[in-house]
Amino acid sequence: MKNLLNTLLILMLPFGALAGGGIELQHADIDLADNASLQRGAKHFVNYCLGCHSAKQIRYLRIALDFDMEKEKVLSEIAPEGATIYDKMHSAMNAHDAEKWFGTMPPDLSLIGRSRGADWLYTYLKGFYTDKSRPYGVNNIVFQDVAMPNILWQQQGSQAPLYEKIDGKQVISRLVMEEPGQLSEAQFDKMVNDLVNFLVYVGEPVQLERQRMGKYVLFFIFMFLIIAYLLKREYWKDIH
Amino acid sequence: MKTNRWTACGNWILDRFPLTKLWNEHMAHYYAPKNFNFWYFFGSLALLVLVIQFLTGILLTMNYKPDADQAFDSVEYIMRDVNWGWLVRYMHSTGASAFFIVVYLHMFRGMMYGSFKQPRELIWIFGMLIYVALMAEAFMGYLLPWGQMSYWGAQVIISLFSAIPLVGDELSLWIRGDYVVSDATLNRFFAFHVVAVPLVLVLLVFLHIVALHEVGSNNPDGIDIKKNKDANGIPLDGIPFHPYYTVKDLAGVGVFLLFFASVIFYTPEMGGYFLEHDNFIPADPLKTPEHIAPVWYFTPFYAILRAVPDKFAGVITMGGAIFVLFLLPWLDRSEVRSIRYRGGIYKKALLLFVISFIGLGYLGTQPATSGATTVARVLTAVYFGFFLLMPIYTRWEKTKPIPERLTDQPGLEERIPALLETFDEITVKTDNASIWLRRKPDYKGLGNLALRLVKKLKSSLD
Amino acid sequence: MNNEGVDKSKRQFLTSALTVVGAVGSGYIAVPFLAQMQPSTKAMAASAPVTVDISKMEPGQLIRVAWRGKPVWLLNRTPQVLETLKTLDDKLRDPLSNESEQPDYTKNPLRSIKPEIFVAVGLCTHLGCSPTFRPEIAPVDLGKDWHGGFFCPCHGSWFDLAGRVYRGVPAPTNLEIPPYHFVSDTQIIIGEDPVEKAA
Repeated sequence: MKNLLNTLLILMLPFGALAGGGIELQHADIDLADNASLQRGAKHFVNYCLGCHSAKQIRYLRIALDFDMEKEKVLSEIAPEGATIYDKMHSAMNAHDAEKWFGTMPPDLSLIGRSRGADWLYTYLKGFYTDKSRPYGVNNIVFQDVAMPNILWQQQGSQAPLYEKIDGKQVISRLVMEEPGQLSEAQFDKMVNDLVNFLVYVGEPVQLERQRMGKYVLFFIFMFLIIAYLLKREYWKDIH
Repeated sequence: MKTNRWTACGNWILDRFPLTKLWNEHMAHYYAPKNFNFWYFFGSLALLVLVIQFLTGILLTMNYKPDADQAFDSVEYIMRDVNWGWLVRYMHSTGASAFFIVVYLHMFRGMMYGSFKQPRELIWIFGMLIYVALMAEAFMGYLLPWGQMSYWGAQVIISLFSAIPLVGDELSLWIRGDYVVSDATLNRFFAFHVVAVPLVLVLLVFLHIVALHEVGSNNPDGIDIKKNKDANGIPLDGIPFHPYYTVKDLAGVGVFLLFFASVIFYTPEMGGYFLEHDNFIPADPLKTPEHIAPVWYFTPFYAILRAVPDKFAGVITMGGAIFVLFLLPWLDRSEVRSIRYRGGIYKKALLLFVISFIGLGYLGTQPATSGATTVARVLTAVYFGFFLLMPIYTRWEKTKPIPERLTDQPGLEERIPALLETFDEITVKTDNASIWLRRKPDYKGLGNLALRLVKKLKSSLD
Repeated sequence: MNNEGVDKSKRQFLTSALTVVGAVGSGYIAVPFLAQMQPSTKAMAASAPVTVDISKMEPGQLIRVAWRGKPVWLLNRTPQVLETLKTLDDKLRDPLSNESEQPDYTKNPLRSIKPEIFVAVGLCTHLGCSPTFRPEIAPVDLGKDWHGGFFCPCHGSWFDLAGRVYRGVPAPTNLEIPPYHFVSDTQIIIGEDPVEKAA
């Protein structure tokens, strides 16, 4: 009967793929200990995302502490003009403009790393392709009919979809570069990876700290267990 | 001088409060069977988790805001701005799942060893009431983070009440206090979650333990230790709960905390089972997530609900699946309590029940395709079959003779050498052989082990 | 049961060891539990230093700003007021602010950096009510001994316009002065000590 519990655990493998269609998610290389990558990601976020999306749960102060940066440096290099160190990452866009331009308020991205996952974000940001039927001329392989333009098109260039037939249905098999951007593919991958790394960090800033702390906690509990077990064995000598 | 004063102080209390009497009755002179095994840890562990939930819950209440506009942000505020708020919150969220794991294992123990049978029917009833209160507590607590899954989960479950004929719609409206799940619903669920249901839980746990200590604990042999007493009236096979089971339970607490802390510090989301991915998106009354599933501990019942094609019948079946557990003491007509002395039929039935429960739990997390629904229907039939046919097969099957005194079975610790041997068998050494974790699996050994286990299972089912 | 041959000292040792480890563990878990009741980052953000523009303050005017959620007063004192303040010493409990709370750079009879500009936390040192600003001399309700100052309506404490407490009232010490400094002639930062100028 106990073996059934193991079976249960095996069956309970997480539901992974949130992506639709036949597209496999590309793997993002997440390293929350890489401060340089996180700093680059934060700058990209402020430059390219913060215009429309907020990350209202994170403060610049937290970024300074976690990325091991001077507060002044965070304010001058990462935060937009006029922000104070205690400010959260608020977007400059207001709801009224957003309604007018996109028909909806662009979502806050504080927790996007936790709700979507790193690989989805990575694939999404790399997955825009030309689609003339859409208002911004682009669509996305993992987010059908997305309301967002490809904000990184200057860096990435533009991609066209290649179709194949599976079970009589047209599906996108992969994307090919139509017109190269300012960055090479490797450079662009790195840029997106930094950005995703930052978004994963913002989703749960305490992640690294809790893992660091976990070792000590587990060690301590293990010591407790050993002594408790020795005591148990000592007392139970009375019984057999 | 000083010691005397303390003693005097102690005596002053003891003259006015039956502290010694309570301690002796429930700990030092409470005689428990000496052959408790691994399965008997989960009662005390459930109590521990209850305490953890109370402490962390009180702390969370200090910063949480039960307001539809602020609830989601206040949880993130706890996670980020409040000192150690993340730890407290993860302890509470992991504690919720840990509670159900522990309680399910505790209930399964009762079903294996017949702990619900005469004279312990009332203990089982109180236990079941605790389980139901716990489900209410968990369900209402899950609304509080006000994420997408919180919102739509509550929406779906409250809508179940609308299936009740005549009063259904009025009832679900009354529960919500609004036409949809809203601020009013959140606020009242908060009140129930932090005040009303915890009070009921404490009362029920108290009654559960009082009833248990009145009739005494059952044991893996399912025989009554009070039948064999020595000259002083102490059961021959009983040992004082304190110190023997207190020290044993402390070791159990150590093992539990290892698992508990591993989840909190390394995988608090537990791959989306303890904290669901979609719940990191704020509640949006205009947009349902693509796939809604309740948290894992509700999924068996959710699968039963979905397996029935009619709304009202589905709700009744789901309610019945919980209600039928209450009837267990009267459905079981076997002469013996423990699975050790039952016939093969009960063993096989229990195995099928476990398979159906876990299978339904798994299906409840998955989208309802037509294939999955068919499987869920079969498993639902098995689930109910286990209970409803029980009066027949338990009376009918031949039981084994029960021993006079408790039997001596190897405990977990005595099995460690055998387990190490098995580990040697199923792994091969690599270059860094000194480190256990670096060893590779040996597939031949694994095959042999699997074969042995199947044979053992087969023989133990007879 | 068999109690013979029990190694009592080993049991005692293990029991003590487990008690110690358990107590330390409880201590460890108590730290985060207690620390989470400390002010959060949000509270710290709200307690950040406040910059106040005093260019538009007229003589005799009092403005109130919030710093750490407390009322902070900024008062532009007229020359007459400064004269009056010099004559009050014998009526005050602590005219030189020896027992009161203020940064060192305001420990002077006028309790300020610049004589005209008076900055203080507007909470009575008795039980924390906020006194009212009564600059007039000898009003009907306060009597002829009133030379202008702050009057606490809760329990009737008197302070002069340098926040110094009178004798015979419940408040024990002078009004608290927060750390502050002038960034320029027209701007004050409250909540931050002056930057030491390198000599």
